[in-house]
Amino acid sequence: MTDHAAIAPSEARTLRSYVYDPKIRGIFFQVLTLVIVVGIGWSIFDNTVANLARSGTASGYQFLKGRAGFDIGASLIDYSSDSTYGRAILVGFLNTILVAFFGIITATTIGFIIGIGRLSKNWLIAKLCTVYVEVFRNIPVLLIIFFWYKGVLSSLPQVRDSLKLPLGMVLNNRGLAFPRPVWGDTAWVIPLALLIAIVATFIVARWAKQRQMRTGQQFHTIWTAIGLIVGLPVLTFLAVGAPLTFDFPIAGRFNLSGGSVIAPEFVALYLALSFYTASFIAETIRAGIRAVAKGQSEAAAALGLQPATTTRLVVVPQAMRVIIPPLTSQYLNLTKNSSLGIAVGFPELVATGGTTMNQTGQAIEVVSIWLVVYLSISITTSLFMNWFNAKMALVER
Amino acid sequence: MNTKNLAYVRPEMIAPAPAPLSTRSASGWIRINLLATPKDAALTILAVALLVWILPGMINWLFVQAAWFGTDRSFCTTAVQGGIKPNGWSGACWAFVGDRFQQFMFGRYPIDERWRPMLVAILFIALLVPVLMPKLPRKGLNALLLFVGLPIVSFFLLHGGVFGLQKVETPLWGGLMVTLILSFVGIAVSLPVGILLALGRRSTMPVIRVICVTFIEVIRGVPLITVLFMANVMLPLFLPTGWTIDNFLRALVGVAIFASAYMAEVVRGGLQAIPKGQFEGADSLGLSYWQKIRLIIMPQALKLVIPGIVNTFIGLFKDTSLVSIIGMFDLLGIVQLNFTDTTWISPVTPITGLIFAGFIFWLFCFGMSRYSAFMERHLDTNLKR
Repeated sequence: MTDHAAIAPSEARTLRSYVYDPKIRGIFFQVLTLVIVVGIGWSIFDNTVANLARSGTASGYQFLKGRAGFDIGASLIDYSSDSTYGRAILVGFLNTILVAFFGIITATTIGFIIGIGRLSKNWLIAKLCTVYVEVFRNIPVLLIIFFWYKGVLSSLPQVRDSLKLPLGMVLNNRGLAFPRPVWGDTAWVIPLALLIAIVATFIVARWAKQRQMRTGQQFHTIWTAIGLIVGLPVLTFLAVGAPLTFDFPIAGRFNLSGGSVIAPEFVALYLALSFYTASFIAETIRAGIRAVAKGQSEAAAALGLQPATTTRLVVVPQAMRVIIPPLTSQYLNLTKNSSLGIAVGFPELVATGGTTMNQTGQAIEVVSIWLVVYLSISITTSLFMNWFNAKMALVER
Repeated sequence: MNTKNLAYVRPEMIAPAPAPLSTRSASGWIRINLLATPKDAALTILAVALLVWILPGMINWLFVQAAWFGTDRSFCTTAVQGGIKPNGWSGACWAFVGDRFQQFMFGRYPIDERWRPMLVAILFIALLVPVLMPKLPRKGLNALLLFVGLPIVSFFLLHGGVFGLQKVETPLWGGLMVTLILSFVGIAVSLPVGILLALGRRSTMPVIRVICVTFIEVIRGVPLITVLFMANVMLPLFLPTGWTIDNFLRALVGVAIFASAYMAEVVRGGLQAIPKGQFEGADSLGLSYWQKIRLIIMPQALKLVIPGIVNTFIGLFKDTSLVSIIGMFDLLGIVQLNFTDTTWISPVTPITGLIFAGFIFWLFCFGMSRYSAFMERHLDTNLKR
């Protein structure tokens, strides 16, 4: 007989038992990973310092205070080539926000129409919407930007042959020029009136809902709202004596003077981003609406709700829950894709940053600014959408 | 029941009557699908008007008026612009695409050596088609040859410098060839790396989880163009003094890193959809972590997210066009380069070139999405309740 004592569990742990202990293994692998990552990080840092020292580049963000020396075509704030690099990057950031804002609005509008159209019982409409989605989803957005910029907008006439549009607008290859409104001294009361109208609308809506809950009587808030939001500012505008004049654009032989101009770079980027993202939004909307069980709308019909009311009160709120998370990521994609403005020379964040990088050689600093800005946009949007999503989420047992 | 007391019972079935004419005739179809309600009728009229407005002009421009043959810009320009077409003419300049087709495919790859990318393309198709057909056997060997064997063989074939092949530097590579190489490598790298990152993100080890989450979220939070700039400008700074890294390789690294982060999120979606019982069942069978992942979890998780994976592939394929911004000549880059070529400069050249490039991209992406739909149906085991 052999000794059984070795088989019986013993209090003293052998080396073997340590090797197979999942906890100890876990710690071992984590320490190993950490050592590798820190090692790589250290060697990258070491090499970078050596490379920068060799090329004589000073690190740090001092360069942001230097004179930029390059011009920017479109700017929302005062900028000249004497401004600092920091201001140039700020101009780029504001342009990114601008194109993202208008792009999101247009893409959502087109996306909703196309998405609902694909679900239409009308065969022709459904097929047309399908074609739209399948065409734009499968082409690179950069190609669509070039299509608008090089293919369509560059074939517009020269300044001296400008197309005259109604309302004093002028269209040529420098862009779309339109009359710039010049507001008088008393104009500040108009936004104030708008604000009052919006607040009043909220109060009326609240009162209408409470009354409906109490008495069952409905009150059509929508007409009151339109009346308030449109009517009050217009009345104020007329009451303070219409303090508004226009600065009309005049097309000369080679240049435009007066008015405000929307540059073709902006239009190309804005249209391409809108059309491209709309095809993805359309798919999101379609998936969201199809996720609402058929029984829901049937039950609503059985309760005697009108089709329009069914859509507004039953289908849309439930579909929104499915739609919002992917819609958020589409909005973020659009914002990130706006960086492709660099390809057509629209001065957004990556373009102005890129010029700064080429002039100063501060690659790491500029890339770090890009990272921080885009990550902040992503995180802010995600946080807002998570809050919105939590508000909309189905409260289950 | 006793049938004898009944006055009449039909002993045989009535032959099924054909559907009413209103539902099976062409006019019936039109009434149901196009003119069901007044609103539908209005929409149909609107859509038809739109088609009549756009389609004839488009067909005319693309095919009827188009210049199909020619050797230089005079075939695609009007008399005023110095060409042979009548004034006021406008149409697609397919002659330009035909003349530059080889360049669009291979870039500035030496003409005498173009059999090499052709051979790679043939090998690629010969290995890809059997992988895509579910019925054919030996998938493992096939995939190994495609994803490991082919890249090695292709590298030596395309780059040369060995076996008496002339060396062709990467700046000469271009056209569709570069687009395909970038996306193929991106796909081949991003799937395994993405799976590892997704597993790392779901890991119970905090250090590994934090590293994976940071990597994924940072890369996903920024646009691809900044990642490419990073790879282009910062990678040389990160390497020891004296090391150089090829421009093409920099773009490859950028694209692969970017695609991996997106793939990781897709795979994570699949992992989260696997019920806990599957993990516990594998554990109770005594499988090790990697056996559990390889045999139980991944086959189910990946199957669930096939649409997501293919969407990432399509996105990657489209995104490779961005390398034209950092000065490489992929399909879009080489088409753009030709716009400034004096031999073909004309008002219609850019739009024709872009339509051609767009059609090529569309063909690949649409093909991928159709194949994904086919695979989804094929792999559907009807386990859904």
